Amino acid sequence: MYRALLYLIAGWSGYFVMGIELLGGRLLAPYFGSSIYVWGAIISVFMLALSLGYLWGGRASLHAPSLKRLALILLAAAVTTLPILVWGDDLLEHLSALISDPRFGSLSAAGLLFFLPTCISGMVSPYAVRLLVPDRASAGHLAGKLYFVSTFGSAAGTILTSFYLVLYLEVNQILLLMLAISAVVGVIAWLQPAAVDA
Amino acid sequence: MRLKRWLPWASAAALLLVAMIAAAATQKLIHSEKSLYREVFVYEDGNTRCLCFTKLCAIGRQTCIDLKQPQRLVFEYTQMILGALFLKPDPHSILIIGLGGGTLPRTLEKLLPEADIDVVEIDPAVVGVAQQYFGFQTDERVHLIVQDGRAYVRAALRGGKHYDLIMLDAYEHQYIPEHMLTREFLTEVRSLLQPGGIVAANTFSSSHLYDNESVTYSSVYGVFYNLRSANRVILASNAPLPSIEEATRNSRRFTTAFEPYGFTPQSVLERFSTRADWDPSVRVLTDQYSPSNLLNGPP
Repeated sequence: MYRALLYLIAGWSGYFVMGIELLGGRLLAPYFGSSIYVWGAIISVFMLALSLGYLWGGRASLHAPSLKRLALILLAAAVTTLPILVWGDDLLEHLSALISDPRFGSLSAAGLLFFLPTCISGMVSPYAVRLLVPDRASAGHLAGKLYFVSTFGSAAGTILTSFYLVLYLEVNQILLLMLAISAVVGVIAWLQPAAVDA
Repeated sequence: MRLKRWLPWASAAALLLVAMIAAAATQKLIHSEKSLYREVFVYEDGNTRCLCFTKLCAIGRQTCIDLKQPQRLVFEYTQMILGALFLKPDPHSILIIGLGGGTLPRTLEKLLPEADIDVVEIDPAVVGVAQQYFGFQTDERVHLIVQDGRAYVRAALRGGKHYDLIMLDAYEHQYIPEHMLTREFLTEVRSLLQPGGIVAANTFSSSHLYDNESVTYSSVYGVFYNLRSANRVILASNAPLPSIEEATRNSRRFTTAFEPYGFTPQSVLERFSTRADWDPSVRVLTDQYSPSNLLNGPP
């Protein structure tokens, strides 16, 4: 159960990141268009946020790592997505009026809206590796499995969102659905007994 | 038994293949380049020169000109979209979104000696090809802006600009810019029109998207003129739609003007219809819900 939850959190987090990234393109298009540099801005922000997330997630795992704290990271990523829903349109409206160059306009918009949730999501994988690995010999094997699950989740989030979900749901409905799943997974992990923590 | 059932299909497919190869054999590729968004091809076939965004140019031609009579409008949709002039006979300011080979700005500049024309095109490569192979030129009356269409519309609104006539020619069969086929975008275009201004859109006649597009336009503009052939042209206004009698009266002004372009106002007027020939129960396309390219599959 404990291990299954670690994999579930990593896989779901991967799905969550790519879901937001794809919908991010949708959210920015009315204000900055769908030129190649708008996608360039979004992808750059996501990659930068993930890279720093990995760094900080690894560092956070040095101090009393636990499943409860990992659950908190997942919940924090969900909570920091809320401003997209609440203030997204107002912020994009202001930024597109303020910054006339669409490259830096979309870069700052993507940074303000998506950096925080993506960065926190990036913390999940290295943190989960710490909880998963009992000894040095199995470290590579288990880390590989975790990367597999996480990136497989990203692939699933990409294809399901772009092929099917946009055909049935509105952008904000998909975001809310993902937030709800994050909340459920996070709370389940939080409620696990602490005794089995390594 | 099995063979019998498949035979008609197989022979139809074979015929189509032969026809496409035959068409390709007479086509001469005179220019191709990869742009940021697509591959751009220029083909010549006898006296016709075409701009294509696909390698097989039999379908999806963007612009064609007749090299012997460069004024002639080869595509019916360009003739149909000029039907906008029957609703607004002397527009002073025109916005065209989507350049293609530049046929529309070239024709409108000649037809309307008073008009100022802004053309917005996202792809710099298309601009170069239009200038080099299709005689498109900017001057003191024709201005070119290389920008995403929707981003331009919003910037123009912020700048307090207005147009008498806005033409949307940014949709192709392979790819629809989804953010330019939503209720919010059409509302922005509506606000960018002068009072009594006209929007004219060149879109699709087939596929599921027809219904969604129709309900989206009517959610913003109410009743509009719908002109159907292989393409579909929508003509709508931000004021009550001019009557067909008024359009007929205005169309007579263009009888001689249209002559060099190889068609009559009558042939366009015959296609004007306000009949709602779509399923009204489908979803309106919005910024939140705009899977246009997924809906644009075969019907």
